[in-house]
Amino acid sequence: MNPLFVSKIHPTRATRRSPRSGWMILALIFILLSACAPAAPTTAVPASTSISPTPTAVPFSTATPPEPTPAEPVELVVMTHDSFAVTESLIREFEQTHNARITFLKSGDTGSALNRAILTKESPQADVFYGVDNTFLSRALDEGIFEPYDSPKLTQIPDQFKLDASHRALPVDYGDVCINYDKTYFASKGLAVPQSLEDLTRPEYHGLLVVENPATSSPGLAFLLATVAHFGEGTYLDYWASLRNNGLVVVNDWETAYYTNFSASSGKGPQPMVVSYASSPAAEVIFAESPLSEAPTASILAPDTCFRQIEFVGILKGTAKRALAEQFVDFMLDVPFQEDIPLQMFVYPVNSQAKLPEEFLKYAQVPEKPASLDPALIASKREEWLKAWNETVLR
Amino acid sequence: MAESLERDGAAVTHSRGKAAEALLFLLLWLLPAAFLSVFFVLPLGRIFALTFGAFIDQASSLQELWQAVRRPLGFTFYQAILSTLLTLLMGLPMAFVFGRYHFRGRRLLRVLSTLPFILPTVVVAAGFNALLGPRGWLNLLFMDWFNLSQPPILFLNTLSAILTAHVFYNLTIVLRVVGGAWENLDPRLEQAARTLGASEWRAFWEVTFPILRPSILAATLLVFLFDFSSFGVILLMGGPRFATLEVEIYIQALQLLNLPLAGVLSAIQLLCTLLITLAHHRLTGGQQVQLTPRLKGEGLRPARKWAEKLAVTALLITLTAFILSPLTALSVRSVTRLEANRGERGAVQTGLTLDYYRELFINRRQSLFYVPPVAAARNSLVYALETIALSLGLGLPAAYALNRGGSARRWLDALLMLPLGASAVTLGLGYVLTFNRPPLEVRSFPLLIPMAHSLVALPFVVRTLRPAISAIPPSLSQAARTLGAPPARAWLEVDLPILSRPLLAATVFSFTVSLGEFGATSLLARPEFPTLPIAIYRFLSQPGALNYGQAMAMATLLMLLCGICVFLIEKITV
Repeated sequence: MNPLFVSKIHPTRATRRSPRSGWMILALIFILLSACAPAAPTTAVPASTSISPTPTAVPFSTATPPEPTPAEPVELVVMTHDSFAVTESLIREFEQTHNARITFLKSGDTGSALNRAILTKESPQADVFYGVDNTFLSRALDEGIFEPYDSPKLTQIPDQFKLDASHRALPVDYGDVCINYDKTYFASKGLAVPQSLEDLTRPEYHGLLVVENPATSSPGLAFLLATVAHFGEGTYLDYWASLRNNGLVVVNDWETAYYTNFSASSGKGPQPMVVSYASSPAAEVIFAESPLSEAPTASILAPDTCFRQIEFVGILKGTAKRALAEQFVDFMLDVPFQEDIPLQMFVYPVNSQAKLPEEFLKYAQVPEKPASLDPALIASKREEWLKAWNETVLR
Repeated sequence: MAESLERDGAAVTHSRGKAAEALLFLLLWLLPAAFLSVFFVLPLGRIFALTFGAFIDQASSLQELWQAVRRPLGFTFYQAILSTLLTLLMGLPMAFVFGRYHFRGRRLLRVLSTLPFILPTVVVAAGFNALLGPRGWLNLLFMDWFNLSQPPILFLNTLSAILTAHVFYNLTIVLRVVGGAWENLDPRLEQAARTLGASEWRAFWEVTFPILRPSILAATLLVFLFDFSSFGVILLMGGPRFATLEVEIYIQALQLLNLPLAGVLSAIQLLCTLLITLAHHRLTGGQQVQLTPRLKGEGLRPARKWAEKLAVTALLITLTAFILSPLTALSVRSVTRLEANRGERGAVQTGLTLDYYRELFINRRQSLFYVPPVAAARNSLVYALETIALSLGLGLPAAYALNRGGSARRWLDALLMLPLGASAVTLGLGYVLTFNRPPLEVRSFPLLIPMAHSLVALPFVVRTLRPAISAIPPSLSQAARTLGAPPARAWLEVDLPILSRPLLAATVFSFTVSLGEFGATSLLARPEFPTLPIAIYRFLSQPGALNYGQAMAMATLLMLLCGICVFLIEKITV
């Protein structure tokens, strides 16, 4: 070792504080923070217990002996995707009535949540699974993750939604993937709004439509399926080829399509037409920066231009809490939950007795004749269609 | 007689020393290796076991597999190499400036440069879009100046968008790893070379560069692996025409539910990572120069000559503009109202507002899953602190072990780096598959998320600490021991102060890796404990100007939180 370099271990300047004490402080902060954070996962108490159905907490100061505590609430685990939302009071009410505690497991998007259910089907991590849609339905049924349940509430649901005759998957809600357009753009240009899929290939709409990649986005896939349903397997690719020639813009996800490319979302995008949901115009009003008297967007509702997505719930095979799981499924199909769906998840209830909120009646529209395809056909052809689409539109 | 006794004694001491050495090596390795085996090898192994069987059953021919792999694999390497070169091209001069010069706002600028690292890709894409998108500021400006009808800059959905975003994200790695090492360098070495008549360039090339080489190589490897397994940037900035292996894995696993193919693809990705790491190991092999580092930055000096001043200023302005402009675009958007009544008016109207921030604190829909921003920030912070504790606790012994030789070292080294190249989707599914029984159960075991984060943070910790540890001359702690200090004290008084700066970098990396992580968190987190990135995604997944504004506000809060914390960590530890 060269003595030159060892000669001065300590810096010439007087040390203000040894670096060691700094690390001690950091360690101390860490211990303090992790100890005092009440919702810290390390000391995780399920949120539901704090508002538990029965006030079991008895102040220590009172001399009265504790009342005999009622039976421990039974835990029901519901596996679902990230977009699931519900009003808190509804769940609390269910917990109270059934002496239950509901735990929701959210596992990414529909695909990853379903993967999780399939991967763990030998030792299920949940009792109920909500959120499989008609594009994934037959895959889920083939994997045999559900137990059939003939809910009494099914009588209130129109037959068109019951895609599984043996009631392993029960319909909960539906939404239509439609093309949204920027009203201001079309009005100011004096341009007529397209009225069919075929219209979109006309030169006056060159470069005006943005769609999502069906391989990475669920509305993107729905729109591809609408074209397959309308044109048939033989010619849908020709249609996409002419869309491509007409300046079609493709992005990977709904967020980019809607917030970056669509002109009506933030007043900034270049395309006045986007593949989104029929309920998006209502959401634009509800989540407006300042009150709007009219939705800035609308959906094209012409026959076959929209694709209907239906979401299902099912009891996971092997649950030890079958009775409670049945009650929860009934609860999801019953009117109070069904009426809660629109403003929480921006989709429509399947129960025909559920009333729609005012914003939906006023600003959201339902297509009369949406396109649809047999879930079994979707499951078997999905990969093939995606590959062909990729070759036609992106290469 | 006496001579032979002495020789025997020496042999005994020597063999005992060897055994102690081996024991120490084992102890240092035990925890990190056990951690990696249980939380990395096991879940991945289970997924591979499951998918390989199914893949063989499917009887896809190798030809078909090659067809599926060829294009994404080629593109993955292509973009990763280009991105890494660009990051080094921009990062090394910056590291030089940070490692050699005093200037005002030095600390602030270094804190700012870490911010991109924590931002979710959706937010970064939004930032770049507000700047360079079809209706971004620059395009609007140019269209206005030159009277153009079409936006002149086509940025989104191009290869340059991918490269720019990668440089934007990873610049801080080069800055911290190489810049930190540069700062610790003894300036007298170069001065001695200059005194002996070497030109400035020769002094740099023959003295400084060889000493910095391990740090530069470490930074290169980290940046390369990050780009290699890139997912969000490719998806959101590159658009549908570009697909890396990781994107292909995501599509196969989560969109087509084709786990067998996804498993095989992630095995290929992992194999590439392994090969890259082993190649890197060969490059870094060889004896390292041991030097006493300078602790208080005596190497730093203000720029004196005008050419120096000009170069430093120019570099700093470039860095600031590059890092700050997309970030500022976001923050500005979070306080700007666009077009009050879009339905009725055509022109874009803007005004300042704090509505988005106010709205964050209101649970307007009485949703069960509403998160107050403070709670989301707290969840993020707690996970981040746990990640720091875990990754430093495991990374420090691992880094020491790596410096202790032995033929196993190469493999242990590679094992530590592998998580960076593992497909997040596959690993996440592996977790779900493996940890489904108490006590290690995904939904109740609270440490799984910081553990998943630590897997990504560990390579950073080890890569930053290892060159620094191997550069500590053993004579220093030997001297301390001779003077009577017990080993622990010798470490605290000698090693720790020397390691202070690399430890700081490691802490900041662990912190930021955890704060910005989204994929694993979204798969494993309990919905009651969402982090800030998850809250941002929740807002962005619904239409409506208010949701967009709130996402931008939340992203701004995330940047603020990160900035303040990194600043505090730096303030406390150095």
